[in-house]
Amino acid sequence: MSTDNKLKRVIIEPVTRVEGHGKVSILLDEKNQVKQARLHIVEFRGFERFVQGRPYWEMPVLTQRLCGICPVSHHLAAAKALDMIVGADKLTPTAEKMRRLMHYGQVFQSHALHFFHLCSPDLLFGFEADPSIRNVIGVAKKYPALAVQGVMMRKYGQEVIKMTAGKKIHGTGAVPGGINKNLSTAERDILLKDVKQMMDWSQGALKIAKDYTVEHLTELAPFGSFDSNHMSLIRKDGAMDLYHGNLRAIDAQGEKIFDQLNYAKYYDYIAEEVRSWSYMKFPFIKQLGPENGWYRVGPLARLNTCDFIDTPEAEKARKEFKAVAVGKPINITMASHWARMIELLHSMEKIRDLLNDKDLQGKDLVVKGRRREEGIGLLEAPRGTLFHHYRVNKNDQIEMANLIVSTTNNNEAMNRAVQKVAQDKLSGQKITEGLLNNIEVAIRAYDPCLSCATHAMGRMPLTVEIFDHEGNLLDRKEKS
Amino acid sequence: MKSGRARVLLIGYGNPGRMDDGLGPALAACIEGLGIPGVAVESDYQLTVEHAHDISNYDVTIFVDADTSGREPFYFNRLAPSVTSGLGSHEVSPGEVVSLALTLFGAKTRSYMLGIRGYEFNGFGERLSNLASRNLQAAVDFISTVVSKGNFEEAAKEFTDKGKACVEICVDNISLN
Repeated sequence: MSTDNKLKRVIIEPVTRVEGHGKVSILLDEKNQVKQARLHIVEFRGFERFVQGRPYWEMPVLTQRLCGICPVSHHLAAAKALDMIVGADKLTPTAEKMRRLMHYGQVFQSHALHFFHLCSPDLLFGFEADPSIRNVIGVAKKYPALAVQGVMMRKYGQEVIKMTAGKKIHGTGAVPGGINKNLSTAERDILLKDVKQMMDWSQGALKIAKDYTVEHLTELAPFGSFDSNHMSLIRKDGAMDLYHGNLRAIDAQGEKIFDQLNYAKYYDYIAEEVRSWSYMKFPFIKQLGPENGWYRVGPLARLNTCDFIDTPEAEKARKEFKAVAVGKPINITMASHWARMIELLHSMEKIRDLLNDKDLQGKDLVVKGRRREEGIGLLEAPRGTLFHHYRVNKNDQIEMANLIVSTTNNNEAMNRAVQKVAQDKLSGQKITEGLLNNIEVAIRAYDPCLSCATHAMGRMPLTVEIFDHEGNLLDRKEKS
Repeated sequence: MKSGRARVLLIGYGNPGRMDDGLGPALAACIEGLGIPGVAVESDYQLTVEHAHDISNYDVTIFVDADTSGREPFYFNRLAPSVTSGLGSHEVSPGEVVSLALTLFGAKTRSYMLGIRGYEFNGFGERLSNLASRNLQAAVDFISTVVSKGNFEEAAKEFTDKGKACVEICVDNISLN
């Protein structure tokens, strides 16, 4: 609660349909104008300290415990970092392609889950619709075919993961220097059976996202939107690459801030700011400073940074997407859903192509070289760029770990989105549950994964509290 | 459904890296180790929408999770479909899984919730607290008896604790599939 006697603070806790525990506080002045809005992360993760002293080879398995939705991203980012430590500078074709297949399966299932079951209730029923209808069960009842597609696409992605990582959750497929299994022809044939169906459904999901965005562009364009920098990995020829590449950052006009930056030197270019009111740090590009150097990552950023996509259907969709801003970066927050569905289709095209590649049945799985004491692995996780950085001692124990997860990279952007929506939608209004959901819609555009931690029953419901400038509780709302 | 020969799916879920949050996977590992005929076991970090499809192939589904404040040492309830999801996130609740299974796949599975009381959730560590281990022991003995006898409805009214130790083999043998 604010100590300023002319201000009121509204608190939303936790944010619904995002992972982990979050809280939004909105500070109003005496005229009910939004003065400040913040997204607080209330759970301290502490994972980097937890892994200190553990053997380095445990990291690809251990770090998956951070997340139940994108464990493969942590699995692969850790494995990439350990590749450096074991001196595996170039993986075998089988190892690299198996990892890529695993990763595209991960992106596919995560994007499908987000679109069909987290985002679609807002799009199909409206941002301010009754929350008893605006949820996954509501979608299942009114649009059962769509909901079934979402379930089956998620399930297909999980099967890809199971056959490449060994298990759907917390697999062991990637090891330092390569992988521990190839894809059998029997496994390949099982996955190939559903390729056409998944391609068709991906095209359908893309059409929904595109049509919705284009149809509602006037109202969506300002919704939670702002100019920003964008950052992602990029292939040497400028293609989108979700698994590997160098770093590219552009500004809101599309001018390059840096390009083809070796990510092993990320710490020379990226820093993290700590703010007293949140456990989640605020990364920024050093040369621009914390005020101007913050950036967005994720599907929207990746569509903005890449020069092209190397699969034909997704590339066709990318060109349509880019036409909205006539060659400039798209800074419309809600366009993230459209971008995410382009990546869904791209991932499915990649899965299809990889399944037809005989290298996946190769036997040469692991390489090693000269051991190093430091390893850094980056990849483009479903929610954006993910950093894993480790230093090990001579006893093969982790001495230092630094993880910058995708949601942390988007921390400032999510705060800006909250602030923008709060100012546009709440100022001078009586706060209702429908209005408050606008805040959550803006946050959900980033598909944040706030802590990936304990989920046991007994959580607090969504609570909104409004205080007057003297600290008296004016109103309290709960979602249950 | 044929009494005593029901196809049973037990899903234990939770994060074994967060202390007592791993009670669900720990129980699943125990039950899998017992190899009870007709009982399939799954472990997962959390419930998501595809579990709706999984459970539609079974006569009985038992969800197993840690509980932060419920009855000690555990409870066992019949689970009703949930039609509101104001708190959903990337994960879904057991009631939502049942509701989705019913709505989307016409599932006729009878579902139950086994909630095992835990105490330590905020730390990192792949171990259970002493009290949670005690509760796990009780829950394993209870549910293994229930699935063997097929007396789910009666058991849902009993909340029985007939403890027999199996903790030593369970918590070291957690396997997520």
